[in-house]
Amino acid sequence: MSDATAKGLLTEETKTRIRELMAKYPKARSAILPALHVVQEQLGWVPEEAQDEVAQMFEMTPAEVRSLVTFYYMYHRKPVGKYVLKVCRSISCWLRRSEDVEHNLCEHLGIECGETTEDGMFTVVHGECIAACVNAPAIQVNDRFLLDVDPDNVSEIIDRLKAGDPRYPAAVESWKRPEESKGE
Amino acid sequence: MSTLVITELMDIEGIDGIDTYVKNKGYEGLKKALKEYTPDELIEYVKASGLRGRGGAGFPTGLKWSFVPKNPGKPKYLCVNCDESEPGTCKDRDMVTYLPHQLLEGIAICCYAVGINQAFIYIRGEMLEGYEILEKAVEEAVQRNFLGDNILGTDFSLDVVVHRGAGAYICGEESALLSSLEGERGFPRLKPPFPAVEGLYACPTVINNVETLSTLPAIMRKGAEWYSSLGTERSKGTRVLCLSGHVNKPGNYELELGASMRHLIEECGGGVMGGELKAIIPGGASAPMLTKEHLDVALDFEAIAAAGSMAGSGAVIVINDKTCIVKTCLNLDQFFEEESCGKCTPCREGTKWLVDILTRMVNGHGRPEDIDLLKSVCNNILGNTFCPLGDSATSCIMSAFKYFPEEFEHYAHHGCSILEGKKEMAKS
Ligand SMILES: Cc1cc2nc3c(=O)[nH]c(=O)nc-3n(C[C@H](O)[C@H](O)[C@H](O)COP(=O)(O)O)c2cc1C
Ligand code: SF4
Ligand code: FES
Repeated sequence: MSDATAKGLLTEETKTRIRELMAKYPKARSAILPALHVVQEQLGWVPEEAQDEVAQMFEMTPAEVRSLVTFYYMYHRKPVGKYVLKVCRSISCWLRRSEDVEHNLCEHLGIECGETTEDGMFTVVHGECIAACVNAPAIQVNDRFLLDVDPDNVSEIIDRLKAGDPRYPAAVESWKRPEESKGE
Repeated sequence: MSTLVITELMDIEGIDGIDTYVKNKGYEGLKKALKEYTPDELIEYVKASGLRGRGGAGFPTGLKWSFVPKNPGKPKYLCVNCDESEPGTCKDRDMVTYLPHQLLEGIAICCYAVGINQAFIYIRGEMLEGYEILEKAVEEAVQRNFLGDNILGTDFSLDVVVHRGAGAYICGEESALLSSLEGERGFPRLKPPFPAVEGLYACPTVINNVETLSTLPAIMRKGAEWYSSLGTERSKGTRVLCLSGHVNKPGNYELELGASMRHLIEECGGGVMGGELKAIIPGGASAPMLTKEHLDVALDFEAIAAAGSMAGSGAVIVINDKTCIVKTCLNLDQFFEEESCGKCTPCREGTKWLVDILTRMVNGHGRPEDIDLLKSVCNNILGNTFCPLGDSATSCIMSAFKYFPEEFEHYAHHGCSILEGKKEMAKS
């Protein structure tokens, strides 16, 4: 056991939140995915030491937790940048130039897809359909949506993130009925 | 085509909050259900409305509920399917983001009818905002006693837990969703036993899509008869169609079932963008392609099936004539390869083969025998997989072979796209 495990990576707050989650279900094990989200929120990723701590809390074997962390895409198994840019590459976004979005983002940042910039600020990954297909091409920044992205102006996204505006990407605006469907 | 059921309230400012929702007849449907119907009568009522599931299969909702045993001697559960990951589909996210209380009201109506006291909303992990909105909405609804103990003075109680998934398309398949909710990998399960009898924690479980449940409040308020007067003979009501791809105005459009693809694409979507219409995928990435010959096909379950495709999740993806169909198939099958859960060999290996062969063709190294090879891989998948995902991976290729065989031939014999030299919209 490494030093980190002995001391533990998870804060008391994280552990309390996990215990609260466990209490919400008829069977505590159901809280394992939400619990791993909480871990990732605290640490930015889900290191093996933290997985082991979670396993202990859930009375699961480390291998069982490992098998979940590898099955579900959202858990980062290595450190990622402060901003994770997830570019949707599925069909509706692809038809509207998602490949250019990914290419231009990577080129602008000087990294390959899957990598993190040296300053630890940005990671670009691709994702499958993120349920924003009518606003293609779409990306997510730390699980918040950026819709109708202009593939030729991705530098603006990076600039705004670097500026550190906490409201960017903003919460989704109020819903607008697509014009044509009203009063046909 | 102007009747709105599900999105009627959606553009009201502040409708995500409980006060505005209540001011706009929110929770009236639940009150009516509790006051005027016994649970059994309510199931009959929903049957009479003709409502069918909007998650993909179009199964009659009231009938599904009636399969749940009345007194099983153990708890019963509702799992709300908000995993929405079928490429092209983005309606449930709008319903959760903008009308969370309409969904919660629908959940309460369903649970009262089936005798359920515990519901889970399985929301895909990527919908962080939707999760936060739902958590807040549940809290508000409990405060006002639309959820919680002894709802509105009755002896009906309901606890709703919002559960975040963590990224896996397969968890939208109902039995995989159950595995995932129990804290396992999202592997599909053998059926039978069906979830209605043995679902979550081996207890009777209803699984319904977000849109299906979001339709219930309006049905209660305005009447099953009114609802069933909308739509076609066998496809009742309205549905939210997600129009995406090469159209001038993509968007989520609620239309009466029976409206044509032409109406959706031309009237609502402002026509095809960047070229002429080439192909339409009418029900999400799993659905076989159709062509411009099918523009007058109605967007209801039966008509689309008769045309050789499926209505699926209501996602209509439009593809223009500057797009290479072989590359389109590659994109679609990359999705299925990535999302295959790996449980069964024909799907796990087959999707990989499809992607390998299509990649080879697109990279200019295709061989004449690749066409037969693609067909034979598809045939080895079809009907031989544990869940429908495997078959879905073959839909695009099998339909593309039917309508655009020359594009595959061209790659196989000339090592390049038939469109080479013409400008393509989505270049690779
Ligand atoms: C691979 C696969 C993925 C699916 N994904 C979803 C989904 O994201 N959301 C959904 O509601 N149904 C999805 N379904 C359909 C569900 O299995 C199930 O039929 C549906 O949730 C039932 O709800 P309904 O009767 O209200 O339509 C999927 C099915 C398969 C085979
Ligand atoms: S068909 Fe594919 S997704 Fe379905 S169980 Fe088999 S491997 Fe998993
Ligand atoms: S295809 Fe990109 S969000 Fe759905």
